[in-house]
Amino acid sequence: MIALRVFTSVVVVLLGATATALAQGRGGGPPPTPRASAAIDLTGYWVSVITEDWQYRMMTPRKGDYGFVPMTPEARKIAEAWDSAADQAAGNQCKAFGAAAIMRVPGRLHITWQDDTTLKVETDAGSQTRLFSFGPRPTTLAAPSWQGVSTAQWERPPGPPNAPPSGGGLKVVTTNLRSGYLRWNGVPYSENAIVTEYFDVGALPGGGQVMVVTTVVEDPRYLFVPFILSSQFKKETDGAKWDPTPCSSTW
Amino acid sequence: MGSDAVLQHLVVPRTTVLALLAICALAVPCAYAQPELAGSWAPRGNEFTTGSGLPVDFTGMPLNEEGRLRALSYNESQLAMIERQCQGWPASYLVMGPFGLRIWSDLDPVRGAVQSWTIGAWEDKPSMTIWMDGRPHPSNYALHTRSGFTTGRWEGNTLVARTTHMKAGLLRRVGAPVSDRATMTTRLSRHGDILAVLVIIEDPDYLAEPWLISKTFQVSPVTVPPIGPPCISTFEGVDARASVPHYLPEKNPFVDEMTKQLGVPRDAVVGMPETLYPEYRKKLAPGKR
Repeated sequence: MIALRVFTSVVVVLLGATATALAQGRGGGPPPTPRASAAIDLTGYWVSVITEDWQYRMMTPRKGDYGFVPMTPEARKIAEAWDSAADQAAGNQCKAFGAAAIMRVPGRLHITWQDDTTLKVETDAGSQTRLFSFGPRPTTLAAPSWQGVSTAQWERPPGPPNAPPSGGGLKVVTTNLRSGYLRWNGVPYSENAIVTEYFDVGALPGGGQVMVVTTVVEDPRYLFVPFILSSQFKKETDGAKWDPTPCSSTW
Repeated sequence: MGSDAVLQHLVVPRTTVLALLAICALAVPCAYAQPELAGSWAPRGNEFTTGSGLPVDFTGMPLNEEGRLRALSYNESQLAMIERQCQGWPASYLVMGPFGLRIWSDLDPVRGAVQSWTIGAWEDKPSMTIWMDGRPHPSNYALHTRSGFTTGRWEGNTLVARTTHMKAGLLRRVGAPVSDRATMTTRLSRHGDILAVLVIIEDPDYLAEPWLISKTFQVSPVTVPPIGPPCISTFEGVDARASVPHYLPEKNPFVDEMTKQLGVPRDAVVGMPETLYPEYRKKLAPGKR
Protein backbone atom coordinates (compact mmCIF):
# COMPACT_ATOMS: atom_id res chain seq x y z
CA MET A 1 0.00 0.00 0.00
CA ILE A 2 2.91 2.31 0.69
CA ALA A 3 4.04 1.83 -2.87
CA LEU A 4 0.60 2.68 -4.18
CA ARG A 5 0.59 5.92 -2.14
CA VAL A 6 3.98 6.85 -3.50
CA PHE A 7 2.81 6.23 -7.04
CA THR A 8 -0.33 8.29 -6.41
CA SER A 9 1.78 11.17 -5.06
CA VAL A 10 3.97 11.12 -8.15
CA VAL A 11 0.89 11.22 -10.38
CA VAL A 12 -0.52 14.18 -8.46
CA VAL A 13 2.75 16.08 -8.78
CA LEU A 14 2.91 15.37 -12.51
CA LEU A 15 -0.66 16.51 -13.02
CA GLY A 16 0.05 19.68 -11.08
CA ALA A 17 3.07 20.45 -13.18
CA THR A 18 1.12 19.70 -16.31
CA ALA A 19 -1.71 22.01 -15.31
CA THR A 20 0.75 24.77 -14.48
CA ALA A 21 2.52 24.34 -17.77
CA LEU A 22 -0.72 24.36 -19.69
CA ALA A 23 -1.85 27.50 -17.91
CA GLN A 24 1.42 29.33 -18.48
CA GLY A 25 1.77 28.29 -22.06
CA ARG A 26 -1.82 28.80 -23.15
CA GLY A 27 -3.46 31.89 -21.82
CA GLY A 28 -1.59 32.28 -18.54
CA GLY A 29 -0.16 35.65 -19.58
CA PRO A 30 1.69 37.05 -22.54
CA PRO A 31 4.65 35.06 -23.72
CA PRO A 32 7.98 36.57 -22.73
CA THR A 33 9.58 38.88 -25.25
CA PRO A 34 12.51 37.59 -27.33
CA ARG A 35 14.75 39.80 -25.22
CA ALA A 36 13.42 38.36 -21.95
CA SER A 37 13.53 34.80 -23.21
CA ALA A 38 16.95 35.02 -24.82
CA ALA A 39 18.57 31.62 -25.10
CA ILE A 40 22.01 33.20 -24.99
CA ASP A 41 23.39 36.63 -24.21
CA LEU A 42 25.03 38.09 -27.29
CA THR A 43 25.19 41.66 -26.08
CA GLY A 44 28.50 43.44 -25.65
CA TYR A 45 31.65 44.05 -27.63
CA TRP A 46 33.22 41.21 -29.60
CA VAL A 47 36.50 41.12 -31.48
CA SER A 48 37.12 38.81 -34.41
CA VAL A 49 40.03 36.40 -34.09
CA ILE A 50 41.57 35.72 -37.47
CA THR A 51 42.88 32.18 -37.21
CA GLU A 52 41.61 30.98 -40.57
CA ASP A 53 41.88 32.38 -44.10
CA TRP A 54 44.39 34.92 -42.85
CA GLN A 55 45.63 35.88 -46.30
CA TYR A 56 42.06 36.29 -47.57
CA ARG A 57 40.76 38.33 -44.65
CA MET A 58 43.61 40.52 -43.48
CA MET A 59 44.82 41.29 -46.97
CA THR A 60 43.22 41.76 -50.35
CA PRO A 61 44.11 38.67 -52.33
CA ARG A 62 45.25 39.00 -55.87
CA LYS A 63 42.73 38.97 -58.65
CA GLY A 64 42.18 35.37 -59.61
CA ASP A 65 42.91 33.92 -56.16
CA TYR A 66 39.53 32.44 -55.23
CA GLY A 67 40.61 29.46 -53.18
CA PHE A 68 37.83 27.39 -51.61
CA VAL A 69 34.94 29.38 -53.14
CA PRO A 70 32.61 27.19 -55.27
CA MET A 71 32.12 29.84 -57.95
CA THR A 72 30.05 29.43 -61.09
CA PRO A 73 31.58 30.51 -64.41
CA GLU A 74 29.40 33.64 -64.30
CA ALA A 75 30.80 34.54 -60.90
CA ARG A 76 34.32 34.01 -62.11
CA LYS A 77 33.71 36.34 -65.03
CA ILE A 78 32.53 39.06 -62.66
CA ALA A 79 35.46 38.53 -60.32
CA GLU A 80 37.88 38.76 -63.24
CA ALA A 81 36.43 42.18 -64.01
CA TRP A 82 36.79 43.40 -60.42
CA ASP A 83 38.09 46.95 -60.19
CA SER A 84 38.33 48.33 -56.66
CA ALA A 85 38.92 51.90 -57.82
CA ALA A 86 35.82 51.78 -60.01
CA ASP A 87 33.80 50.47 -57.05
CA GLN A 88 35.02 53.32 -54.91
CA ALA A 89 34.27 55.90 -57.56
CA ALA A 90 30.78 54.50 -58.10
CA GLY A 91 29.92 54.62 -54.41
CA ASN A 92 30.06 50.83 -54.11
CA GLN A 93 32.83 50.77 -51.54
CA CYS A 94 30.63 48.76 -49.14
CA LYS A 95 30.35 45.77 -51.46
CA ALA A 96 32.69 43.69 -49.29
CA PHE A 97 30.90 44.74 -46.09
CA GLY A 98 27.46 43.26 -46.89
CA ALA A 99 25.66 40.73 -44.73
CA ALA A 100 27.10 37.73 -46.55
CA ALA A 101 30.66 38.79 -45.77
CA ILE A 102 30.66 41.18 -42.83
CA MET A 103 31.17 38.55 -40.12
CA ARG A 104 34.37 37.55 -41.89
CA VAL A 105 35.76 41.08 -42.02
CA PRO A 106 38.39 41.70 -39.31
CA GLY A 107 36.83 44.05 -36.79
CA ARG A 108 34.64 44.41 -33.77
CA LEU A 109 30.94 43.92 -33.18
CA HIS A 110 28.80 45.87 -30.76
CA ILE A 111 25.62 43.95 -30.06
CA THR A 112 22.72 45.57 -28.20
CA TRP A 113 18.94 45.30 -27.98
CA GLN A 114 17.35 48.08 -29.99
CA ASP A 115 14.00 47.09 -28.45
CA ASP A 116 12.46 43.95 -27.01
CA THR A 117 12.21 42.27 -30.40
CA THR A 118 15.19 43.62 -32.31
CA LEU A 119 18.83 42.80 -31.80
CA LYS A 120 21.21 45.39 -33.24
CA VAL A 121 24.64 44.38 -34.49
CA GLU A 122 27.01 47.21 -35.32
CA THR A 123 30.41 46.71 -36.90
CA ASP A 124 33.29 49.11 -36.57
CA ALA A 125 34.81 47.89 -39.82
CA GLY A 126 32.74 49.61 -42.47
CA SER A 127 30.43 51.18 -39.84
CA GLN A 128 27.57 48.87 -40.73
CA THR A 129 24.38 48.19 -38.75
CA ARG A 130 22.42 44.97 -38.91
CA LEU A 131 18.98 44.56 -37.33
CA PHE A 132 17.84 41.06 -36.37
CA SER A 133 14.05 41.15 -35.99
CA PHE A 134 12.33 38.41 -34.02
CA GLY A 135 8.95 39.24 -35.48
CA PRO A 136 7.52 37.90 -38.69
CA ARG A 137 9.23 38.83 -41.93
CA PRO A 138 7.81 42.14 -43.18
CA THR A 139 5.39 41.79 -46.06
CA THR A 140 6.55 44.92 -47.80
CA LEU A 141 10.25 45.34 -48.22
CA ALA A 142 12.29 48.45 -48.70
CA ALA A 143 14.87 48.69 -51.42
CA PRO A 144 17.61 46.05 -51.18
CA SER A 145 20.50 47.10 -48.98
CA TRP A 146 23.97 45.93 -47.96
CA GLN A 147 22.61 44.38 -44.76
CA GLY A 148 19.21 43.32 -46.12
CA VAL A 149 16.30 42.20 -43.97
CA SER A 150 17.07 39.75 -41.17
CA THR A 151 14.63 37.61 -39.24
CA ALA A 152 15.81 35.87 -36.11
CA GLN A 153 14.74 33.09 -33.84
CA TRP A 154 16.20 31.50 -30.75
CA GLU A 155 17.23 27.89 -30.94
CA ARG A 156 17.00 26.09 -27.64
CA PRO A 157 16.90 22.52 -26.43
CA PRO A 158 13.41 21.26 -25.67
CA GLY A 159 12.54 21.69 -22.01
CA PRO A 160 9.78 22.67 -19.62
CA PRO A 161 7.92 25.86 -20.58
CA ASN A 162 9.10 29.01 -18.83
CA ALA A 163 12.14 27.21 -17.50
CA PRO A 164 15.15 29.47 -17.17
CA PRO A 165 17.23 29.65 -20.33
CA SER A 166 19.54 26.71 -20.48
CA GLY A 167 21.59 27.65 -23.46
CA GLY A 168 20.95 27.36 -27.13
CA GLY A 169 21.71 29.51 -30.11
CA LEU A 170 20.41 32.13 -32.50
CA LYS A 171 19.39 31.55 -36.09
CA VAL A 172 19.21 34.52 -38.45
CA VAL A 173 18.05 34.49 -42.06
CA THR A 174 18.85 37.49 -44.23
CA THR A 175 17.48 38.35 -47.66
CA ASN A 176 16.72 41.48 -49.71
CA LEU A 177 20.39 42.19 -50.22
CA ARG A 178 22.27 44.36 -52.64
CA SER A 179 24.79 42.28 -54.52
CA GLY A 180 28.21 42.35 -52.93
CA TYR A 181 31.50 40.54 -52.48
CA LEU A 182 32.31 37.46 -50.42
CA ARG A 183 35.98 38.42 -50.49
CA TRP A 184 37.89 41.64 -50.94
CA ASN A 185 38.95 40.70 -54.46
CA GLY A 186 35.53 40.76 -56.06
CA VAL A 187 34.13 37.24 -55.50
CA PRO A 188 30.46 38.10 -55.98
CA TYR A 189 27.16 37.20 -54.40
CA SER A 190 23.93 38.27 -56.01
CA GLU A 191 20.88 40.19 -54.82
CA ASN A 192 19.07 36.84 -54.58
CA ALA A 193 21.50 35.39 -52.07
CA ILE A 194 20.06 33.97 -48.87
CA VAL A 195 22.32 34.20 -45.84
CA THR A 196 21.61 31.91 -42.91
CA GLU A 197 23.65 32.39 -39.77
CA TYR A 198 23.91 30.48 -36.51
CA PHE A 199 25.32 32.17 -33.42
CA ASP A 200 26.73 30.10 -30.56
CA VAL A 201 28.28 31.41 -27.37
CA GLY A 202 30.36 29.60 -24.78
CA ALA A 203 32.97 29.99 -22.10
CA LEU A 204 36.62 30.31 -22.94
CA PRO A 205 38.90 28.16 -20.82
CA GLY A 206 40.54 30.42 -18.29
CA GLY A 207 37.80 33.05 -18.49
CA GLY A 208 36.03 35.12 -21.06
CA GLN A 209 33.56 34.14 -23.72
CA VAL A 210 33.78 32.99 -27.30
CA MET A 211 31.18 33.37 -30.04
CA VAL A 212 31.10 31.30 -33.20
CA VAL A 213 29.11 32.55 -36.17
CA THR A 214 28.41 29.93 -38.81
CA THR A 215 27.45 31.56 -42.11
CA VAL A 216 25.75 29.72 -44.96
CA VAL A 217 25.42 31.66 -48.20
CA GLU A 218 23.08 30.19 -50.81
CA ASP A 219 23.27 31.79 -54.21
CA PRO A 220 22.70 29.42 -57.13
CA ARG A 221 23.56 32.14 -59.62
CA TYR A 222 27.13 32.54 -58.40
CA LEU A 223 27.75 29.51 -56.18
CA PHE A 224 27.58 25.86 -57.24
CA VAL A 225 26.89 24.84 -53.64
CA PRO A 226 26.33 26.85 -50.46
CA PHE A 227 29.38 28.75 -49.24
CA ILE A 228 29.84 27.89 -45.57
CA LEU A 229 32.19 29.54 -43.09
CA SER A 230 32.52 29.71 -39.33
CA SER A 231 34.12 32.72 -37.67
CA GLN A 232 35.25 33.20 -34.09
CA PHE A 233 34.93 36.21 -31.81
CA LYS A 234 36.13 36.88 -28.28
CA LYS A 235 34.12 39.03 -25.91
CA GLU A 236 35.76 42.24 -24.72
CA THR A 237 35.06 43.90 -21.41
CA ASP A 238 34.27 47.28 -22.93
CA GLY A 239 34.38 49.34 -26.10
CA ALA A 240 37.84 50.79 -25.53
CA LYS A 241 39.10 49.39 -28.83
CA TRP A 242 35.96 50.19 -30.81
CA ASP A 243 37.21 52.06 -33.85
CA PRO A 244 34.59 52.84 -36.49
CA THR A 245 35.96 53.22 -39.98
CA PRO A 246 34.04 53.81 -43.20
CA CYS A 247 33.77 51.30 -45.97
CA SER A 248 36.60 51.31 -48.43
CA SER A 249 37.30 49.19 -51.45
CA THR A 250 40.77 50.54 -52.01
CA TRP A 251 42.19 50.81 -48.47
CA MET B 1 10.57 -5.57 0.34
CA GLY B 2 12.09 -6.28 -3.05
CA SER B 3 11.24 -4.44 -6.22
CA ASP B 4 9.11 -7.32 -7.51
CA ALA B 5 7.06 -7.20 -4.35
CA VAL B 6 6.55 -3.46 -4.76
CA LEU B 7 5.34 -3.92 -8.31
CA GLN B 8 2.84 -6.51 -7.17
CA HIS B 9 1.17 -3.87 -5.00
CA LEU B 10 0.81 -1.38 -7.84
CA VAL B 11 -2.73 -1.97 -8.94
CA VAL B 12 -3.36 0.88 -11.38
CA PRO B 13 -5.29 0.49 -14.60
CA ARG B 14 -2.92 0.44 -17.53
CA THR B 15 -5.08 2.87 -19.50
CA THR B 16 -4.78 5.41 -16.68
CA VAL B 17 -1.02 5.17 -16.69
CA LEU B 18 -0.87 5.55 -20.46
CA ALA B 19 -3.17 8.56 -20.36
CA LEU B 20 -1.07 10.23 -17.68
CA LEU B 21 2.12 9.59 -19.61
CA ALA B 22 0.56 11.02 -22.76
CA ILE B 23 -0.47 14.22 -20.96
CA CYS B 24 3.00 14.50 -19.50
CA ALA B 25 4.66 14.00 -22.87
CA LEU B 26 2.46 16.57 -24.58
CA ALA B 27 2.66 19.30 -21.99
CA VAL B 28 5.81 18.84 -19.98
CA PRO B 29 8.78 17.17 -21.54
CA CYS B 30 10.02 15.11 -18.65
CA ALA B 31 13.67 15.94 -19.26
CA TYR B 32 15.74 18.20 -21.49
CA ALA B 33 16.59 16.59 -24.78
CA GLN B 34 19.89 17.00 -26.53
CA PRO B 35 20.53 17.10 -30.24
CA GLU B 36 21.43 13.85 -31.96
CA LEU B 37 25.01 13.87 -33.13
CA ALA B 38 25.27 10.32 -34.37
CA GLY B 39 25.76 9.78 -38.06
CA SER B 40 27.97 10.77 -40.94
CA TRP B 41 29.01 14.40 -41.39
CA ALA B 42 30.65 15.75 -44.53
CA PRO B 43 33.18 18.59 -44.32
CA ARG B 44 31.71 21.81 -45.66
CA GLY B 45 34.06 24.53 -44.59
CA ASN B 46 35.06 26.82 -47.43
CA GLU B 47 38.09 28.07 -45.56
CA PHE B 48 41.76 27.38 -45.09
CA THR B 49 42.33 25.82 -41.71
CA THR B 50 45.69 24.30 -42.53
CA GLY B 51 47.49 27.22 -44.07
CA SER B 52 48.44 27.94 -47.63
CA GLY B 53 50.55 24.85 -48.22
CA LEU B 54 53.78 26.79 -48.37
CA PRO B 55 56.65 25.34 -46.29
CA VAL B 56 56.50 28.14 -43.70
CA ASP B 57 52.99 29.40 -42.99
CA PHE B 58 51.99 29.97 -39.40
CA THR B 59 49.48 32.69 -40.20
CA GLY B 60 46.58 32.79 -37.78
CA MET B 61 48.55 31.03 -35.05
CA PRO B 62 49.54 32.61 -31.70
CA LEU B 63 52.94 30.96 -31.31
CA ASN B 64 55.13 31.95 -28.41
CA GLU B 65 58.88 32.39 -28.80
CA GLU B 66 59.67 28.75 -28.09
CA GLY B 67 56.92 27.53 -30.38
CA ARG B 68 58.21 29.75 -33.16
CA LEU B 69 61.79 28.53 -32.74
CA ARG B 70 60.69 24.96 -32.86
CA ALA B 71 58.33 25.54 -35.79
CA LEU B 72 61.06 27.16 -37.85
CA SER B 73 63.46 24.31 -37.10
CA TYR B 74 61.05 21.83 -38.63
CA ASN B 75 61.91 20.16 -41.88
CA GLU B 76 59.10 18.30 -43.61
CA SER B 77 61.52 15.53 -44.56
CA GLN B 78 61.04 14.32 -41.01
CA LEU B 79 57.84 12.73 -42.21
CA ALA B 80 59.90 10.55 -44.53
CA MET B 81 61.67 8.95 -41.58
CA ILE B 82 60.37 5.44 -41.05
CA GLU B 83 59.61 6.01 -37.38
CA ARG B 84 57.62 9.20 -38.11
CA GLN B 85 55.65 8.19 -41.17
CA CYS B 86 52.78 6.89 -39.05
CA GLN B 87 52.96 9.35 -36.20
CA GLY B 88 49.67 10.86 -37.33
CA TRP B 89 47.94 13.88 -35.96
CA PRO B 90 46.62 14.90 -32.57
CA ALA B 91 42.90 15.01 -31.88
CA SER B 92 42.68 18.65 -32.98
CA TYR B 93 43.08 17.45 -36.56
CA LEU B 94 39.36 16.84 -36.65
CA VAL B 95 38.84 20.49 -37.59
CA MET B 96 42.02 20.87 -39.61
CA GLY B 97 41.96 17.74 -41.69
CA PRO B 98 40.02 17.35 -44.92
CA PHE B 99 37.82 14.47 -43.84
CA GLY B 100 34.26 14.07 -42.67
CA LEU B 101 33.18 12.84 -39.26
CA ARG B 102 31.52 9.62 -38.27
CA ILE B 103 30.00 9.97 -34.83
CA TRP B 104 28.26 7.35 -32.75
CA SER B 105 27.17 6.90 -29.15
CA ASP B 106 27.41 4.02 -26.73
CA LEU B 107 24.61 3.62 -24.24
CA ASP B 108 24.50 2.60 -20.63
CA PRO B 109 22.83 -0.83 -20.96
CA VAL B 110 20.71 -0.31 -17.85
CA ARG B 111 19.66 3.36 -17.91
CA GLY B 112 19.82 3.87 -21.65
CA ALA B 113 21.71 7.12 -21.18
CA VAL B 114 24.55 8.07 -23.51
CA GLN B 115 27.71 6.90 -21.83
CA SER B 116 30.07 8.13 -24.49
CA TRP B 117 30.27 9.68 -27.92
CA THR B 118 32.95 8.57 -30.33
CA ILE B 119 34.27 10.52 -33.29
CA GLY B 120 35.74 7.99 -35.65
CA ALA B 121 39.29 7.77 -36.88
CA TRP B 122 40.92 8.45 -40.20
CA GLU B 123 44.08 6.99 -41.60
CA ASP B 124 46.20 9.56 -39.76
CA LYS B 125 43.90 10.70 -36.93
CA PRO B 126 42.85 8.60 -33.97
CA SER B 127 39.29 8.15 -32.88
CA MET B 128 38.16 10.28 -29.96
CA THR B 129 35.88 8.94 -27.27
CA ILE B 130 34.04 11.56 -25.21
CA TRP B 131 33.01 10.12 -21.88
CA MET B 132 29.67 11.49 -20.66
CA ASP B 133 29.34 9.49 -17.47
CA GLY B 134 31.13 11.89 -15.18
CA ARG B 135 34.32 9.92 -14.80
CA PRO B 136 37.36 11.99 -13.79
CA HIS B 137 40.42 12.59 -15.90
CA PRO B 138 43.34 10.36 -14.98
CA SER B 139 46.46 11.41 -13.11
CA ASN B 140 48.84 13.80 -14.80
CA TYR B 141 51.28 10.93 -15.00
CA ALA B 142 48.94 8.59 -16.84
CA LEU B 143 49.69 7.42 -20.36
CA HIS B 144 49.45 10.05 -23.09
CA THR B 145 48.01 8.88 -26.39
CA ARG B 146 47.32 10.46 -29.77
CA SER B 147 43.65 10.82 -29.00
CA GLY B 148 44.11 11.76 -25.34
CA PHE B 149 41.42 11.42 -22.72
CA THR B 150 38.16 13.30 -23.18
CA THR B 151 35.13 13.98 -21.04
CA GLY B 152 32.03 15.90 -22.10
CA ARG B 153 28.89 17.64 -20.94
CA TRP B 154 25.98 19.43 -22.59
CA GLU B 155 25.57 23.19 -22.50
CA GLY B 156 22.18 23.72 -24.09
CA ASN B 157 22.49 22.56 -27.68
CA THR B 158 26.26 22.30 -27.49
CA LEU B 159 28.34 19.31 -26.51
CA VAL B 160 31.42 20.62 -24.73
CA ALA B 161 34.34 18.20 -24.54
CA ARG B 162 37.67 18.59 -22.77
CA THR B 163 40.70 16.58 -23.82
CA THR B 164 43.90 16.02 -21.86
CA HIS B 165 46.71 13.46 -22.02
CA MET B 166 47.49 13.98 -25.71
CA LYS B 167 50.87 13.17 -27.18
CA ALA B 168 53.06 15.93 -28.50
CA GLY B 169 52.67 16.49 -32.21
CA LEU B 170 51.95 19.08 -34.86
CA LEU B 171 49.09 21.56 -35.07
CA ARG B 172 49.91 22.38 -38.66
CA ARG B 173 51.77 20.07 -40.98
CA VAL B 174 54.50 22.60 -41.71
CA GLY B 175 55.78 22.21 -38.16
CA ALA B 176 53.68 24.23 -35.70
CA PRO B 177 54.25 22.20 -32.56
CA VAL B 178 51.92 21.15 -29.77
CA SER B 179 53.25 19.74 -26.53
CA ASP B 180 52.03 16.88 -24.40
CA ARG B 181 50.91 19.43 -21.82
CA ALA B 182 48.37 20.88 -24.21
CA THR B 183 44.64 20.58 -23.57
CA MET B 184 41.78 20.90 -26.00
CA THR B 185 38.21 22.09 -25.60
CA THR B 186 35.83 21.05 -28.36
CA ARG B 187 32.37 22.57 -28.79
CA LEU B 188 29.99 20.73 -31.12
CA SER B 189 26.80 22.68 -31.91
CA ARG B 190 24.15 21.20 -34.15
CA HIS B 191 21.85 23.45 -36.17
CA GLY B 192 19.54 21.34 -38.29
CA ASP B 193 21.78 19.53 -40.73
CA ILE B 194 24.75 21.74 -39.90
CA LEU B 195 27.33 20.83 -37.26
CA ALA B 196 29.61 23.66 -36.14
CA VAL B 197 32.76 22.47 -34.39
CA LEU B 198 35.01 24.84 -32.48
CA VAL B 199 38.33 23.65 -31.10
CA ILE B 200 40.29 25.63 -28.52
CA ILE B 201 43.88 24.53 -27.93
CA GLU B 202 45.78 25.66 -24.86
CA ASP B 203 49.47 24.88 -24.71
CA PRO B 204 51.66 26.43 -22.02
CA ASP B 205 54.77 25.40 -23.92
CA TYR B 206 54.22 26.63 -27.45
CA LEU B 207 51.22 28.96 -27.62
CA ALA B 208 51.02 32.52 -26.32
CA GLU B 209 47.23 32.31 -25.95
CA PRO B 210 44.48 29.77 -26.63
CA TRP B 211 44.16 29.00 -30.33
CA LEU B 212 40.59 28.99 -31.66
CA ILE B 213 39.77 27.21 -34.86
CA SER B 214 36.43 26.07 -36.22
CA LYS B 215 35.01 24.05 -39.04
CA THR B 216 31.55 23.26 -40.32
CA PHE B 217 30.11 19.89 -41.29
CA GLN B 218 26.82 18.91 -42.88
CA VAL B 219 24.76 15.73 -42.66
CA SER B 220 26.21 13.39 -45.24
CA PRO B 221 24.02 11.32 -47.54
CA VAL B 222 26.80 8.75 -47.75
CA THR B 223 28.45 6.92 -44.91
CA VAL B 224 31.72 8.33 -43.65
CA PRO B 225 33.99 5.43 -42.72
CA PRO B 226 34.75 5.29 -38.98
CA ILE B 227 38.34 4.24 -39.56
CA GLY B 228 40.95 4.61 -42.25
CA PRO B 229 43.30 2.09 -43.81
CA PRO B 230 46.32 1.06 -41.75
CA CYS B 231 49.47 3.14 -42.06
CA ILE B 232 52.39 1.12 -43.34
CA SER B 233 55.92 2.49 -43.08
CA THR B 234 58.42 2.08 -45.82
CA PHE B 235 61.84 3.46 -46.68
CA GLU B 236 61.44 6.83 -48.39
CA GLY B 237 65.08 7.78 -48.77
CA VAL B 238 65.74 9.41 -45.40
CA ASP B 239 68.25 7.55 -43.28
CA ALA B 240 67.56 8.66 -39.73
CA ARG B 241 70.79 7.11 -38.52
CA ALA B 242 72.59 10.08 -40.03
CA SER B 243 70.46 12.92 -38.60
CA VAL B 244 66.93 14.11 -38.08
CA PRO B 245 66.12 16.57 -40.87
CA HIS B 246 65.90 20.06 -39.39
CA TYR B 247 66.94 23.70 -39.78
CA LEU B 248 69.13 25.53 -37.34
CA PRO B 249 67.88 28.86 -35.93
CA GLU B 250 67.67 31.59 -38.60
CA LYS B 251 68.55 29.06 -41.27
CA ASN B 252 65.13 28.02 -42.51
CA PRO B 253 65.35 28.77 -46.26
CA PHE B 254 61.58 29.07 -46.70
CA VAL B 255 60.80 31.67 -44.07
CA ASP B 256 60.37 34.43 -46.66
CA GLU B 257 58.56 32.31 -49.23
CA MET B 258 55.08 33.45 -48.27
CA THR B 259 56.12 37.07 -48.18
CA LYS B 260 57.61 36.83 -51.65
CA GLN B 261 54.75 34.87 -53.21
CA LEU B 262 51.71 36.37 -51.48
CA GLY B 263 52.98 39.54 -49.88
CA VAL B 264 52.14 38.36 -46.38
CA PRO B 265 54.21 40.22 -43.75
CA ARG B 266 56.82 38.15 -41.96
CA ASP B 267 55.27 38.78 -38.53
CA ALA B 268 52.15 37.04 -39.70
CA VAL B 269 54.03 34.25 -41.45
CA VAL B 270 55.83 33.29 -38.24
CA GLY B 271 52.69 33.41 -36.08
CA MET B 272 53.10 36.52 -33.97
CA PRO B 273 50.03 36.65 -31.69
CA GLU B 274 49.16 40.29 -32.43
CA THR B 275 48.61 39.42 -36.09
CA LEU B 276 45.38 37.61 -35.18
CA TYR B 277 43.51 40.81 -34.35
CA PRO B 278 41.94 43.56 -36.47
CA GLU B 279 44.40 46.22 -35.29
CA TYR B 280 47.14 44.48 -37.20
CA ARG B 281 45.29 44.98 -40.47
CA LYS B 282 45.41 48.71 -39.93
CA LYS B 283 49.19 48.53 -39.61
CA LEU B 284 49.55 47.01 -43.04
CA ALA B 285 50.61 49.42 -45.70
CA PRO B 286 47.88 50.53 -48.10
CA GLY B 287 47.99 48.18 -51.00
CA LYS B 288 48.80 45.26 -48.70
CA ARG B 289 45.43 45.33 -46.98
